[in-house]
Amino acid sequence: MPALKKVFLKGNEAIALAAINAGCHYYFGYPITPQNEIPEYMAKHLPEVGGEFLQAESEIASINMMLGAAATGVRVMTSSSGPGISLMQEGFSYFAGNELPALVVNMSRQGPGLGGINATQGDYFQAVKGGGHGDYHLIVLVPHTGQELYDLTIKGFELAEKYRCLTLLLGDAILGQIKEPIDPWKPEQVGGDPDRDWLITGAKGRPPRLIKSLYLADGEMEKHNWRLQKKYQRMAAEDVMVETRDTDDAKLVVVAFGSMARIAKTAIVRAREQGMQVGLIRPITVFPFPGEIISMISESVPRFLVCEMNTGQMVEDVRLSVSRNATVDFYGRPGGSVPTPEEIFDRIKEAYDACRQ
Amino acid sequence: MKQVVKRPASLTDKAFHFCPGCHHGIVHRLVAEALDHFNVRESTIGVASVGCSVFLYDYFAIDVIEAPHGRASAVATGTKRVLDDRVVFTYQGDGDLAAIGTAEIIHAANRGENITVIFVNNSIYGMTGGQMAPTTLLGQRSTTSPYGRDYHRDGYPIKMTEMLAALEGPSLVARVAVDKPANVKKARKIIRQAFQMQVDNKGFSFVEVLSACPTNWGLSPQEATKRVSDEMIPYFPLGIFKQKDVVDVL
Ligand SMILES: Cc1ncc(C[n+]2csc(CCOP(=O)(O)OP(=O)(O)O)c2C)c(N)n1
Ligand code: SF4
Repeated sequence: MPALKKVFLKGNEAIALAAINAGCHYYFGYPITPQNEIPEYMAKHLPEVGGEFLQAESEIASINMMLGAAATGVRVMTSSSGPGISLMQEGFSYFAGNELPALVVNMSRQGPGLGGINATQGDYFQAVKGGGHGDYHLIVLVPHTGQELYDLTIKGFELAEKYRCLTLLLGDAILGQIKEPIDPWKPEQVGGDPDRDWLITGAKGRPPRLIKSLYLADGEMEKHNWRLQKKYQRMAAEDVMVETRDTDDAKLVVVAFGSMARIAKTAIVRAREQGMQVGLIRPITVFPFPGEIISMISESVPRFLVCEMNTGQMVEDVRLSVSRNATVDFYGRPGGSVPTPEEIFDRIKEAYDACRQ
Repeated sequence: MKQVVKRPASLTDKAFHFCPGCHHGIVHRLVAEALDHFNVRESTIGVASVGCSVFLYDYFAIDVIEAPHGRASAVATGTKRVLDDRVVFTYQGDGDLAAIGTAEIIHAANRGENITVIFVNNSIYGMTGGQMAPTTLLGQRSTTSPYGRDYHRDGYPIKMTEMLAALEGPSLVARVAVDKPANVKKARKIIRQAFQMQVDNKGFSFVEVLSACPTNWGLSPQEATKRVSDEMIPYFPLGIFKQKDVVDVL
C-alpha cells in the first residue's frame, strides 16, 4: 500500500480524502450541517481527478442520482445528516432491492425534527433496524477517530462491492468536526472490477441487462428476499468488526461505539488506574452486530454497562446478545450535550460497586 | 408478399401486455424506431419508472434500470454523468413525472441534463386502478375524483410541457399525440428529433405524448382515442414549445 504524506484534517475532510483516494470520483449531495465539509471538499477536489461533483436539488434526488451512477459500476457516494438521511431512506430500500453498491455518510444530528446540530447517536435504530420499507439491511460502520473515518471510508466501498449493498458510515458532529492527524493511504484496487456481470453500460455485444426490485411472478419475490437474507447472514459470518480491551479479567465491560466510545475509553483508563477490573467492547460494525463476541465475553463477565448518546438503542442489541446470567446497565443522554469522562466514570463506578455486592 | 414494416430491432419479440387500445404500445414502438434510426440500441440505457410502463424492460432489447416512483430523471442524471457517451432516456407516466417526481424533472430539465424524457400523459393513474392524476381534466371522473375534478379542491390539470419550456435549461420541449395517423407521423418525427438532440450532445429533450387509457377511462378503444382528440388536445395543445438551436454543450 503506497503510504502518503501525513495530513491534519477535520473528520469530514478525512472521509472525503479517503473516498477520492479509493477511486470514488462521483459525489451527489445536498448541504446540511454538520457535514458540509464533505461536499465542499468534493466540489473542490473531484474536478482535479477528472471526477464529478453535483449538488442535487434534494436528498431524494441525491440518492437516486447515486442509484443511476452505481448501476454503471463506479464508486459513488453521498453524505448527509438526520433530516436528509430520512429523505434518503426511500433510496436505501431501492439500493437494497436493486443490489447496488455505494457509500453513504450520516454525520447525525439531534432530533427528532429539525433538532440540533450537536453530537448524538439517536440515529442508531434508523441505521440498523431499517427506516426504509422492506426486509433489508445496510452495512453500518461506526468509526471513533479521524484515522478510523479515513480507513473505514475505504473499507466501506470494499464491503459495498463485496456484497452489492449500501454501506452507511455513521458518525456525529464530534467526529466530523474534530481535527486530527491522519495517515492517508491508497487501497490496491481503486474502483470495482469493470468486468462484473451486472453492470448497466449499454448492451454492446451481449444480451441486455436489467436492474430491478419489482418481482411479481409466482415465487420470485420470496426467492429474491431469501437471497438478500443469505447475504446478511454472510456479512455476520465474515465481516463483523469490533475492538475489545481488557475483557479477560473484567468484572464489568462497557459497551459503546463512536464518539461515546472515545469518551468512555478515558473513563475506563481511569477506572483501571484505580484498580477496577473494567473492560471495553467497541463495535465497529453495528450491522452486522458483534453479538456472538458479546455473548462469548458474557460467559465470564457478570455485568455490562452500555453507554450511548441516546436514550437506549444499541442496548437492546446488547441485551439480546448477552448470556442469561449477565446484567446489562444503561447510561444514556438524549443529545443536546456531550457527557464528560467524569460522568461516565461515576456511572462505571456505580455499576462496578453493584456487581461486587 | 413484400414486407413494408418490420418490428424495430430495439424491441424484443415479446407481445405487449397493455390493455387493448392503450397507446403505451405505440409510444414504445416510436421510441424503438428512434433508437434503431440512430443505431444506438447497444449504447442505450433506459430508465423505467413506476406505472403501466414499468415493464418496458420486457419489450426493449436494451439495458434498463428501474427507478423509484418519480425519480427516473434523477436516476438518469446519475447514469448519464458517468456514461456521457451513452444514450440515456426515461419513460414516465403523468403520475410518475407530474406528481411525485415534479422536483426531479424540473431540476433535471433546468440543469439541461443531456438525457431524453418520454412523458406519457394519459390523465390518470393507470396501474393503480384509475385514480386522479395531476393531469386529470376538469370535470373528469376518476376513482378519487368520483364527482369530477374540481379546481377548487384539486387544482388545475398541470401543463408540464409549458412549465418546462419556460426554463432556460431544456433544448427541446414538445407535446405530441398518437390519436390519428397524421399525429403518429408527427410524433415519430419529434421523438426522433428528441434523441437527435442527445446524440448531438445538445442537452435536455422532453416529449409529452398524449395517450389513451381506455380501461380506466371506462371507454372503448375507439372512444378513448376520440377522447384524446376531442378533450385532451384542446387543453394540452400539440407542438414544439421550445427548441434551442445554439446549445451550451454539457
Ligand atoms: C412511492 C410510491 N407511491 C405510490 C406508488 C403506487 N403507484 C404505482 S403506479 C402509480 C401511478 C402511476 O401512474 P402514471 O405514472 O400516470 O402511469 P400509468 O400507469 O398511467 O401509465 C402509483 C401511484 C408507488 N409505487 N410508489
Ligand atoms: S391501465 Fe391504462 S395505461 Fe395501463 S395498460 Fe391499461 S390502458 Fe394502458
